[in-house]
This record gives sequence, structure tokens and C-alpha cells, in this order.
Amino acid sequence: MKSVRLGAFVIMSVAAAAFGQTLQAAEDVAAQDTPLDAGGSITVTWQASPDEAGGKAQVIAYEVWRATRAAGDYKRLGEVEPGKGSYEFTDEKAENGVEYFYKVRARGEKMSTDAAPAGPVKATAEWFYPDRLNMLVASVLLAAFVLYYISQARAGKELFIRRIAGLEAVQEAVGRATEMGKPVLYVPGIADIDDIQTIAAVTILGRVATMIAEYDAALLVPCSRSLVMSTAQEVVKEAYLEAGRPDAYRRENIRYLTDDQFGYVAGVDGIMLREKPAANFYLGTFYAESLILAETGHSIGAIQIAGTAMPSQLPFFIAACDYTLIGEELFAASAYLSREPRLLGSLIGQDLGKVIILIFIIAGVVTAFLAQFGFELFGRSIALEQLFVVK
Amino acid sequence: MRREIPMIVAFVAGVIIILEFFVPALRSVAAQIQKWYLVVIAFAILVGAFNLLRINYMKIRRRRADWPYSIPLIAGLFAMAIIGIGWGIEEGTVFDWLFNYLIFPMSSTVFALLAFFVASAAYRAFRARTVDATLLLVAAVVVMLGQVPIGSAWVPPWWPDWLVFLTPDWLKDRIMDIFNTAGQRAILIGASLGVVSTSLRILLGIERSYLGEE
Repeated sequence: MKSVRLGAFVIMSVAAAAFGQTLQAAEDVAAQDTPLDAGGSITVTWQASPDEAGGKAQVIAYEVWRATRAAGDYKRLGEVEPGKGSYEFTDEKAENGVEYFYKVRARGEKMSTDAAPAGPVKATAEWFYPDRLNMLVASVLLAAFVLYYISQARAGKELFIRRIAGLEAVQEAVGRATEMGKPVLYVPGIADIDDIQTIAAVTILGRVATMIAEYDAALLVPCSRSLVMSTAQEVVKEAYLEAGRPDAYRRENIRYLTDDQFGYVAGVDGIMLREKPAANFYLGTFYAESLILAETGHSIGAIQIAGTAMPSQLPFFIAACDYTLIGEELFAASAYLSREPRLLGSLIGQDLGKVIILIFIIAGVVTAFLAQFGFELFGRSIALEQLFVVK
Repeated sequence: MRREIPMIVAFVAGVIIILEFFVPALRSVAAQIQKWYLVVIAFAILVGAFNLLRINYMKIRRRRADWPYSIPLIAGLFAMAIIGIGWGIEEGTVFDWLFNYLIFPMSSTVFALLAFFVASAAYRAFRARTVDATLLLVAAVVVMLGQVPIGSAWVPPWWPDWLVFLTPDWLKDRIMDIFNTAGQRAILIGASLGVVSTSLRILLGIERSYLGEE
């Protein structure tokens, strides 16, 4: 059957050629391992058939065929529509280490023409993204700073941490709730536990819960994600245990409301209006609900402490809350509240990273400014722009 | 072991996900870990639903304050689950109708409250009592004027080019592109460093309070 089809194809091509209807093949067909991938992928590129731009026959599509031998049994992988000039097709089903040959067939209405096969080519997995080297270096440096200062803290070195007003106010907020006999509301954001801001919020919850257990106040933690709820229950339970008040722990106060963003807001607002908490904490990832929550909290007269790394929501929290932890302060909060030297050491390392970034920014601004001017060197005029512009 | 196993899992999964950003060959392993996480989430939904059900059932049973509200909540939970599982959730189904004409309008209503809350928060924030608040007020007025057509409507056609810095459009662009962007970038850089530091503390087991341990 295969030979019959091949025969028919040859006869049609010969007949078409005899009547002057030839279809020229795609040009410059090349196949190469797809760069910067996990393997299993080969990219085939080619240029349009000369007939595509006004030849006698018209190209309807370019078909890509694959075989493991140059003269082997080719299998069709897919096709690409004409009209672009240069083309690319990615074979995502290649096996790593196997040699492949690729053929591009220009298909017209009555005939098809194959370009010479490209290959052999093997798919391989790359071990590094060269364009991410700068990020790797920066990450390793920052990690080294953090680890160095943690080791310094372990060795007993005195570390200075600047005062963060929002965190100093945590004790005041919990104390106020205790005196008023009202609960503390803790909202850990609306993202799931895979979000680093939620993890930061849960770690702070542990510190705040210990304080609440010691003061004998009530704690309410409405969650919008089941996993956050499970984690928060465990964290608060341990905090109460540590404070020597396991009897005061109320599992039902750490509850799941809904995953729906505004359903959750309605639920938390309802809790605020019914329970009238004296202190509200909003820590974690927030979106449009930030202001609705903070304004409702303000309307019931609660002392409010917010913290997020979402730049778009920070102005709302700053406007509506008493204290706001801005960006990095949210991540520093757990260490700050714990006062544990090892954790504080990591904050110093983080600050050193900030200083280095600041130096780079200043250097960048200065060089960008100087790049406008030129200078003379050994009688030769040199424009600084030539030195700094990355081509 | 109750503490060590979660810490080991967090370390291994975290290191693979970080390395995958630099090593393409680890992409499939990282994708597998993400799949496991999705499986865990799927089971966690049941935990959440059970928690919701249990708390509201106890509220009704013990006739706690506002217990009647728990009845439509439980009814809604079961109704949506039964309708969704029984008749599907595709377009045109009862579930789809309930979502579009009940849940979606309710969500939109809560979202619409934001407009009123923005007004009340702005009223408080923009009172010119301090230098900071005055600067905030002036910047906000300029940006708002620059965002709407009427803000530039008062600028006559003969307005000289050298006075362009007095037009709301020009000022708004400068405030947004220079001051606002610089501030946002500063916050993001600080937050990114905080993320690296927090991640390190968690991966190395220095920060363990998320496991319920100090």
C-alpha cells in the first residue's frame, strides 16, 4: 500500500513537472536541539519555498516529517501554515539521545515537494540557563550573607535591629483586646500556603498566638484556604501549649470560610460586626478586599495592624490601618517578634544584601548620567555612551 | 520524627523548585512536585468543607447567636455540591445558572462596596493635617486630574511649551513614572530580599514556627 501511494505521488509530481507546474521545496531546513530545555524537544527551522512569493504553484502548508534514518520511514508530526517567510516547528515528542532526521514537505494543491532531510540531531537536557547566571550569583551571595550573620548570631554576637513600629504595637494591640475582653481577629490573607507571604503570615500567627495565650485573650482566625486553616490550627495549638494554656485553645475559632474572594470578605466582615474584635491583624497576600476589610475594621474601632508585600494594596492599608508592615517588614516580623538570635541574624544578612543592591543602583545611575558626556584620552575623543551602552 | 519529616520534605521540595529555576533538566521533577501539591489541595478542600459543616452544624444544634444564618449556608453547600456532581458544571446547567445569577451578583455586590470604602478612606487619609498628608493630598489631586479629560481641558491651546510642567497631564506622568515607580520598585526589592531570607530560614529549619514549633 505504501509503495502504491509513493508511486502515485511520484507520478503526480512527474506529471505536474511535465506540464510546467513545479513546486519548489522549502529552503535552509535545519534541525537542532531546543536550547535551554529539559530535553525531549527538537526545533526544526526553514525558509519559505520560493513559490510562496508568487510562484506558479501555491503552498498550502508545510508538513514536518520525522525518521530515525535519513532514508528511513518518515512519520508526519504536524504542519505549519504558510505566509510568514521563516518558520519554526518544535517536536516535543523526541526521546533524549535518539538521532532523528527531519524533512519539511511543501504541500500545494496538486503536488508536494520535500526538502533535503536535516539531521541527525539528538534531544538533550541542558544543565544550566546561562542567562540566569547573574541571578544565581546574586542569590548565592545573599544566601552567604544570611548564613554568615546567622553563624555570628549563634556565636553570641550582639546584633542591632532597627525598631519596627508596627511590630512594637503587636503587644499593645493584644493587651488592649485583653483589657476590653474582646477577641483578636487575625486574617492570614487570601492566598494558599504555597505563597511565601502566607507562610510569613502563619509564622507571625505563631508568635502572636503565644502572646494571646499568655494574655488570656480570644483569637479568631478565619481562613480562605483549607491548607492555611489546617496549618494555622496546628501553629496556634502549639503556641497555646508553649504558653502553658492548652485548655484555652479553641479549634473552632480557626475556621475555613470559603475560597471565593468576596465571599470570604463578606464572611470576615460579618465576624467583625458580630464579634467586635478589639484588634485586627491583616497579614499576608491581599488584593481588592484589603480596603473593604480595613475600613470595616476601622468602623468598629479596632486597633489595626496590616502587612503585605503587594505594592498595589499598601496605600489602602496605610490609609485605613493604624500600623502597616511594608514589604520586607512582613518577612522580618516573625524573627523580630521571636527575638531569637539566629532569626535576627538572617535579618542583618538581608540588610547587607539591600546595601549591595543600593550600591549597584547608585553606580548604575551615575554611569547612566556620565554616559551622556565624552572625554579625551591620549588625544582620542571617547564618548562614554560607547562604553556603557549594552548592544 | 513528627517535626523532622515535614522539615525534610520542605527542604527537598524547596531546593528542587529553586534549582529548577536555574537547571532546565529539573523541570520535569519540579512539575511532578507541583502535581503532588495539587493532589494535596484537592484533599484539603474536603477538610475545609468538613470544617465549615461541623462549625455551622454545632452552631445550629447549640442555638448559638445568629444560628439561623447557618441553615442557608449548609443548604447552599449541599445544593451546589449535589447539583454540580449530579448534573455537571458546564455552560447551560443549573449549576452554571446558580453561579451566574446568584453567586456572581453577590460577589459583585461586595466588590462594589469598595467604591464607598475608597471614598471614606480617602477622606481620612487626605486631610491636610501634617506635611506628609498634605503632600499626599496634592499628589492625589494632581494624579486624579491628570487621569480624566477635564483635567487638561482648562489648558488653552496657546499655553507655552515652557510652562508644560504646570499641566496636570505632565505632572501626573512624572508622579506615576518617577516617584510612584521608584517607590514600588523599592518595596519590591526589599520584599524580594525578605523572600530569599525567609525561604532560607525555612529550608534550613531555622524558622520552624510554621510547623507549630518555636
